[in-house]
Amino acid sequence: MCTVCGCAEGETKIEAGHAHGHHHHGHDHHHDHDHSHEHVGPDGKVYRHTHGDDHGHDHGHDHGTIDLGRGPAGTEVPGMSQTRLVAIEQDILAKNDSFAAVNRQLFAAKGVFVLNLMSSPGSGKTTLLTRTLTDLKGRFPMAVIEGDQQTSFDADRIRATGTPAIQVNTGKGCHLDAQMVTQAVGRLPVEAGSVLFIENVGNLVCPAGFDLGEAHKVVVLSVTEGEDKPLKYPAMFAGADLLLVNKVDLLPHLTFDVARMIAYARQLKPNLRVIEVSATAGQGLDDWYGWIEEGLARAVAGRGA
Amino acid sequence: MHELALSQGIIDVIRDQAAAQGFTTVKTVRLVIGTLSHVEPQAIAFGFDAVSRGTIAEGAVLDIERPPGRAFCLSCEKPVPLPERSAPCPDCGGHQLMVTGGEEMRVKELEVE
Repeated sequence: MCTVCGCAEGETKIEAGHAHGHHHHGHDHHHDHDHSHEHVGPDGKVYRHTHGDDHGHDHGHDHGTIDLGRGPAGTEVPGMSQTRLVAIEQDILAKNDSFAAVNRQLFAAKGVFVLNLMSSPGSGKTTLLTRTLTDLKGRFPMAVIEGDQQTSFDADRIRATGTPAIQVNTGKGCHLDAQMVTQAVGRLPVEAGSVLFIENVGNLVCPAGFDLGEAHKVVVLSVTEGEDKPLKYPAMFAGADLLLVNKVDLLPHLTFDVARMIAYARQLKPNLRVIEVSATAGQGLDDWYGWIEEGLARAVAGRGA
Repeated sequence: MHELALSQGIIDVIRDQAAAQGFTTVKTVRLVIGTLSHVEPQAIAFGFDAVSRGTIAEGAVLDIERPPGRAFCLSCEKPVPLPERSAPCPDCGGHQLMVTGGEEMRVKELEVE
């Protein structure tokens, strides 16, 4: 189980065939850790030991001491151990990043402008997206990948606008990863020169770390949320290229300080682009559409380059 | 952020390396997880415990290095420490900071048999 977000092993389902896609959670988690324990050293290092029954040796350290020295030189049978060190120096997200690179190449070759939309649940992301698709219809081709834990409600809403959409259900997973996008793109007609919106799972934490191969990460924050959210979820805002402040038509009824929220966000990303919009009342949408069109023009111009 | 997926990433790296380098047991996994990365070491330890079961890394000791956050202040034009993402430059108090370190998330080395 993900101890941060509570997500556990689950089945990723991608629409159209419902093939069982890749998911990271392949493992049952047993709770019989009789012999494992953790230590956090004074420097913040975490040491976790699992003492199997076949390990008779004693870990004679106390909690203020770090037993890091228990490397090859500290093995119990000097000269007889086959223990060796293997240098790895590989990024933990290497697998995800390799799929993201594949996606990025594919999008570049077709001149597709890809946006990874992220927010908390309830920010109005899907409403903003359906309004965008409706307003921009006919200007250029568009497609949508919808990420949610369960249901195809959002993809149904998108398809009602006439835009091709595919739903990725992450099961209990809390974010989309690059391989899910690779699989989804294989089943979604994404025309050359189109805009592909990827609506990530509503979550300001987990999606921040997973590159999907997008051109830009776009964070949607609505004014009915807390204005200190950028500081509470710094990774999300530090990684964003555009912040859409949604539901600004409600500001007269709220105490939300937009300027303060933007200042917080820019503490994390000094050059963060911000557009204030209302998906229902229409404020600011032309700026948002202009930003999309500029990005698409760049993607098309760089096609195959 | 999603530490279980990252723990699975660690197992993937180990599995690839085991095939390439011919080892069958992992005693220690040394990770570098920067203090500005989106990862809680405690949660990685927990996730690793779950996903390593039944693999050659089951029971391995996790040793996690935590390199500190660093940034380059564009105003002061020099490198500065950055204890957390939203922290200001310790000299000028500004936020024109470009993160240069502390975001690492990688498998550094394995102690194997």
